[in-house]
Amino acid sequence: MDKRSKEILLEVKNLRVEFGKRRKKFVAVDDVSFHIYKGETFGLVGESGSGKTTIGRAIIRLVEPAAGEIIFDGKKINGNIDKELDKEVTRRIQMIFQDPMASLNERAKVEYIVSEGLYNLKNYKTDEERKAKVEKAMLDVGLLPEFLSRFPHEFSGGQRQRIGVARAIVMEPDLIIADEPISALDVSIRAQVLNLMADLQKRKGLTYLFIAHDLSVVRFITDRVAVIYKGKIVELAETERLYQNPLHPYTRALFSAIPIPDPKLERSKNLEVYDPNCHFDYDEDPPKWIEIEPEHFVLANKRELEGYKKILEKNGVQVLI
Amino acid sequence: MDNRKVILSVKDLVIKFRLRGQILTAIREASLDLYEGESLAIVGESGSGKSVFTKSFMGLLDANGWIDSGNIMFEGEDLAQYKSEKDWLKIRGKKIAMVFQDPMTSLNPLKTIGKQVQEAIELHQGIKGEEAKKLTIQYLSDVGIHDPEKRYNQYPHEFSGGMRQRVVIAIAVACNPKILICDEPTTALDVTIQAQILELLKGLKEKYNLTTIYITHDLGVVANVADRIAVMYAGDIIEIGLCEEVFYNPQHPYTWALLSSLPQLGVKGQELFTIKGTPPNLFYDIKGDAFAPRNPRALKIDFVKRPPYFQVSPTHKAKTWLLDPRAPKVEPPESIRALRQQWEVESNG
Repeated sequence: MDKRSKEILLEVKNLRVEFGKRRKKFVAVDDVSFHIYKGETFGLVGESGSGKTTIGRAIIRLVEPAAGEIIFDGKKINGNIDKELDKEVTRRIQMIFQDPMASLNERAKVEYIVSEGLYNLKNYKTDEERKAKVEKAMLDVGLLPEFLSRFPHEFSGGQRQRIGVARAIVMEPDLIIADEPISALDVSIRAQVLNLMADLQKRKGLTYLFIAHDLSVVRFITDRVAVIYKGKIVELAETERLYQNPLHPYTRALFSAIPIPDPKLERSKNLEVYDPNCHFDYDEDPPKWIEIEPEHFVLANKRELEGYKKILEKNGVQVLI
Repeated sequence: MDNRKVILSVKDLVIKFRLRGQILTAIREASLDLYEGESLAIVGESGSGKSVFTKSFMGLLDANGWIDSGNIMFEGEDLAQYKSEKDWLKIRGKKIAMVFQDPMTSLNPLKTIGKQVQEAIELHQGIKGEEAKKLTIQYLSDVGIHDPEKRYNQYPHEFSGGMRQRVVIAIAVACNPKILICDEPTTALDVTIQAQILELLKGLKEKYNLTTIYITHDLGVVANVADRIAVMYAGDIIEIGLCEEVFYNPQHPYTWALLSSLPQLGVKGQELFTIKGTPPNLFYDIKGDAFAPRNPRALKIDFVKRPPYFQVSPTHKAKTWLLDPRAPKVEPPESIRALRQQWEVESNG
């Protein structure tokens, strides 16, 4: 945990994203707040439709929030911002996508794919400088500069994902949003891409927002994790704290459902099912966002908190409230 | 396991494909005995041939592929000799059924759920009309669909992903097959749904006395469902054994590598183990052990001669020269050694 300074790079405040209008309105993200420290890997886990990708897309400004603020390096970046800041943010926040088979332009050479961001922002003086940047990015992700003249279909899945990483880091970003970057890859290639991401983080001081549903990968790579259910963050904590003492019933259900690649553990585990009706008294006793142990937040009302406190005390954890 | 009945026996199967004028050997003399009532998981990376291997049991190879040699013995007949669709219709669905990965694409969007299940019953069980409908509703409720009478008249778009996969499973089971092949049955689903579908499949296997084959790359799913595991690499089964044997006492360097690259075995902050290189090009003949070029512990003979199976236990065998009595002692990676030690302690105590 030493690699993390306590300087906040990104802050999301009361974010709300809606799709559709009036009667067909759908709230994809509802009052979500969190912050990401410089140099850390922050995980966002949840099931499909939970809004985790939408949060990522709101940060990179592909969707406009209905309410709330996104603050990057001290400046508000949603809503109307001036051209200079727009350019800066475009460069400093980059994204890696899920499926390397679908996210690369099949008809463009790798050189164009990796250069595209540079072309758009024109943040190079001469064409030599651009080339140098692109070649360096290729080397950084473990690909040979010779590959620049090839097309995406000539590469394997793992190499394609490296190209996806190269076109992000060529912009010299501070924050990379990785949306399920390894879900579409084979087990052995996953390990390569995870190692690459960890290595780049060390060398370049990158900050990651890691969006995933594979909880074993999230445990391995993240420093802190937020669990999101139907557009709301229900629990957020340092990764190990959360995996040791998951409190919210949804988190517990999610964790218990992860298949463990160990037959003894897998077959002896107790599968928990989340029933939203367990929050039956939210009308009279509404839930609050509470720090129950240091760096461990949970959405709970008074009755539930008592239960959570008991769990933590039983496991010998000091409770803050 | 020896006293159990072999329901399907594959012997030295070779499957080839013609691609852009070249010939690719997708399955290279693979053999497998499937026991009645067992649940076998076939694991391997994409391109290892696990899907092609099982598709050949149902005559579902793409048009440019064919069985070049070998046998697939099932109920006294050699499926490898089947040529016409008419032959296959005796097997496909009726005897061997399949659940595919993506429930979004394996249902007909224009037909009601009920009709699609009923179709399978009418075709394969020879029951018609009201009786078939009753049975359909029975199957729908068996796969955990609530209010099946009402759901009978609904269309696939009115179902969630998990519910659709349940319908697909109902169709497969309604054919009353002996063998159910599940090709990545939960890959497209969320984890909480995945857990439910796996429970469902395990329950149905007991209820209908099915023999199941799971094809997956998710070792967590394998740990949950498998009695036995077959590890495929470059078109061959390089290791096969009971679930515990393969997980806790793996023998083939490829199996070591596969298990070691799991994040669960990694130490946070340290590099994960990775397999160097890429799988072999199946357009060319492979000499020796197909994994040798990527195996830092490869022996000289690995590059020259293809290893046969070496028996590790009555239920466990692997194709690696490391198991030859003459081979030098090669230690597996540390994480695998730890697994093995723990297992030995537990099984002795």
